[in-house]
Amino acid sequence: MIGLSPLRVVLYAALLAAIVALPYTTGEFRVTQFSYVGVFAIALVGLSILTGITGQISLGHGGFMAIGAYVTGILAMKYGVPELATIPLGGLVAGIVGFLFGFPALRLAGVYLALATFAFALIVPSVAIAMGEFTGGTAGILLDLPTSPVGALTPDKWLYFVTWAIAIVLFAGAVLFVNGKRGRALRAVRDNELAATSSGVSLSRYKTLAFGVSAFYAGVAGSLYAILNFIVTPGTFPVTLSILLLAGLVVGGATSLIGVIIGAIFVEFIPLYAGDVLGPVVNFLQRLQVPIDDVDPTTPGVPSVVYGVILLLVLLIAPTGLAGLPGRIGVLTKRVYSRLNVPERRANP
Amino acid sequence: MLLPLAFTWSEFFQQVVFGLSIGSVYGSLALAIVLIYRTTRVVNFAQGEMAMFTTFICWSLITNHGLSFWPAFFVTLGAAFVLGVAVERIVIRPFEHASHLALILVTIALFVIFNGLAAWIWTPEQRAFVGPFSAKPFIIGGVAISRQDVGVLAVTLLTVAVLWAFFRFTKLGLAMRAAAIGPGASRLMGVRVEWMYALGWGFATVLGAVSGMMVAPSIFLSPGMMQLVLIYAFAAAVLGGIESPVGAVVGGLLLGLGTTLIGAYVPFVSSDLDVPIAFTILVLVLLFRPAGLFGRVVVRRV
Amino acid sequence: MAPLLELSDVEARYGPIVALHGVSLTVEPGEVVALLGANGAGKTTTLRSVSGTVQKRGKVLYAGKDVTRASADRLAKLGVAHVPEGRGILTELTLWENLRMGAYVRRDRSVRADLERVAGHFPWMLERRNQEAGTLSGGEQQMLALARALVARPKLLMLDEPSLGLAPLVVQELFRVVTELNEQEGLTVLVVEQNANIALDVSNRAYVLEVGRVAVEGSSHELRQHEGVRRSYLGY
Repeated sequence: MIGLSPLRVVLYAALLAAIVALPYTTGEFRVTQFSYVGVFAIALVGLSILTGITGQISLGHGGFMAIGAYVTGILAMKYGVPELATIPLGGLVAGIVGFLFGFPALRLAGVYLALATFAFALIVPSVAIAMGEFTGGTAGILLDLPTSPVGALTPDKWLYFVTWAIAIVLFAGAVLFVNGKRGRALRAVRDNELAATSSGVSLSRYKTLAFGVSAFYAGVAGSLYAILNFIVTPGTFPVTLSILLLAGLVVGGATSLIGVIIGAIFVEFIPLYAGDVLGPVVNFLQRLQVPIDDVDPTTPGVPSVVYGVILLLVLLIAPTGLAGLPGRIGVLTKRVYSRLNVPERRANP
Repeated sequence: MLLPLAFTWSEFFQQVVFGLSIGSVYGSLALAIVLIYRTTRVVNFAQGEMAMFTTFICWSLITNHGLSFWPAFFVTLGAAFVLGVAVERIVIRPFEHASHLALILVTIALFVIFNGLAAWIWTPEQRAFVGPFSAKPFIIGGVAISRQDVGVLAVTLLTVAVLWAFFRFTKLGLAMRAAAIGPGASRLMGVRVEWMYALGWGFATVLGAVSGMMVAPSIFLSPGMMQLVLIYAFAAAVLGGIESPVGAVVGGLLLGLGTTLIGAYVPFVSSDLDVPIAFTILVLVLLFRPAGLFGRVVVRRV
Repeated sequence: MAPLLELSDVEARYGPIVALHGVSLTVEPGEVVALLGANGAGKTTTLRSVSGTVQKRGKVLYAGKDVTRASADRLAKLGVAHVPEGRGILTELTLWENLRMGAYVRRDRSVRADLERVAGHFPWMLERRNQEAGTLSGGEQQMLALARALVARPKLLMLDEPSLGLAPLVVQELFRVVTELNEQEGLTVLVVEQNANIALDVSNRAYVLEVGRVAVEGSSHELRQHEGVRRSYLGY
């Protein structure tokens, strides 16, 4: 990594220690939840490669996760492939689909690409149902319950460490990719397409590559998800998940590992705890005599409203994400990735 | 779905009418999208969810407050207008200097919020929405034409026509067009440009409400009901040229007609493939006609 | 008689760039005042300070009111018509729609008649009312911009570089109309021009701006004799 300051080393070491220690400080259920955090972190790293570097938005990464998940489900249950071995394959298939997506994606700027990926996320469940023989249709695929090959670790802990090990390896890979020649070329694409083309950077290759790599990450995440969840159905990865992933990226901040992890925590816990966030707000309003009823946090729709509002607030106050807040106040630490969005004056009236 | 073995003209006309009717729904939502894009340069991902939300308001007025359809319809239009203005002033305005990316994310946040609010207030269950048109068909030349289809087409096109007349002939409509074309110059002529933007959102939300209330009887009322319509509406807007109001409406009608006829007469196309078809159409439109049928190709200046 | 327009020590900036460093000037009712200066001297910014389209400090008094903090649309409603640099023609609207927009601030009923009257200054406009404004020539667009400003029945007309890019005959015609309106109807005019010659011809008084400050001021007649002005702006 470029510019690895002492502060960063300490920070990352602390993070690593926290990750390793966590399963031993909390119950099994939490451990699984943090496994999911790891899964989402992988997906978000992938998303950030695409969005943070090429400046393109994808509202369809849930779809790529679904591909990885189904590949794992099919290979493991229909062909007896050991579950962990299916992970790279899940990533690969998703990556290929993403790469193919990258070709038309070249022609589409910003909003249009967002539109196309949104539509993609919407169709994946339908396609899953339509390909019933492979995918088990609406019932989906039931995987075996996870087991741990290591005596000292429970299945939950085993999967937790597998997930985070993969996450760390993939994150390191992403950093190398981003800072290597290809990564710089991709950032050139993000900053100024016309200038990039005229200086000889082959746009098409890099955009499709970015898509492919990004989808690969999501596919790996999806495979892991399927293993953790031990079921894959068309409803497992709805379009709202794709949106939530992007929201997580924005809220956490696309520019650093910490940001990605915050984002992943957001994605995993917001649906569960959004209602609880709302509780104090409602009490406060009630105290101000606003005629509003108590909110049952399990009411459907509440998490969405809460995270939508949080997303708006983050966009307004901290567009580089929560992880970017210290940077905005204090000295800017060296970024690993370029910024996701820079508020700029619209070429206006 | 009939196989093309038994083609009859009466069946064909019924399908055409249906196609145009659903096409007008797409076109109306597409027009809403174009209206907002032309005035504020924002592509509103939440257009469909706002339409759905206002349709729920209509349903609630009918079911919980005892209004009959048409009074509820007009009250909803009023509510939609206020909602659109409020959203623009409260949510969109703070971001007026933000990047395009940020604005897309803002409208996505709105998508999520409206979707969640609908599920929260009215629960996610699917409901029937009783429309104003009776099930008795018109008999024209021996062919039974659905009253619902004709009614939807008529109402939607009428709304579009009224809006067109507003923009063409009234002082305020002219001012809104002026504000979209040249905000700086318009300010110098006394136009409160910021309020023109808000009004644009108001009218767009009204169009969305019409779209939702007209299509609801055919598909069930639920928080996700407009998501597929939104895809088609975006495709129609892009097909017509993202800045062309005429293009959006025509694009919508063409799409509705096209998909209906294909669905009726091409054998392997079943309703399961609705969504993938919409997606494929959208991608094809985006790829091959970015300037649309009626739009102008924009050359980017280096 | 109180001046129609008075700027006192106006400082204006575009973000971090200060364009005006304290400009003071007055315009009496019925006068034609010219603002001269080189590119970047701050002439356009001065007009913007009046029409409310730039951030500023200092004081701007118009018809006795303090309008320093007023918004652009408020000033338009108070009778300030600003024809900006580049004309600000609404290109996708028709010629007639552009004129109608000029009347936006008017609440009274005689707008219709006025449109005809103003277009009468430029008879060709009546024939081509439905032509898309973007397809008009530069000179025609400038005339349209002027006509549009006049439809508003302003008290103060501000023109920013009206002669820019126009053929000499067209420029003459334009200023003929302005002068006629000033003489016959007492329209007060503040005109920014790089073409100092013609500006001094049509105006009663003039200010010369340099680097955001007033360098010279006086009657147009005096300025014509002024050595510095002659050298720098009149070319002899």
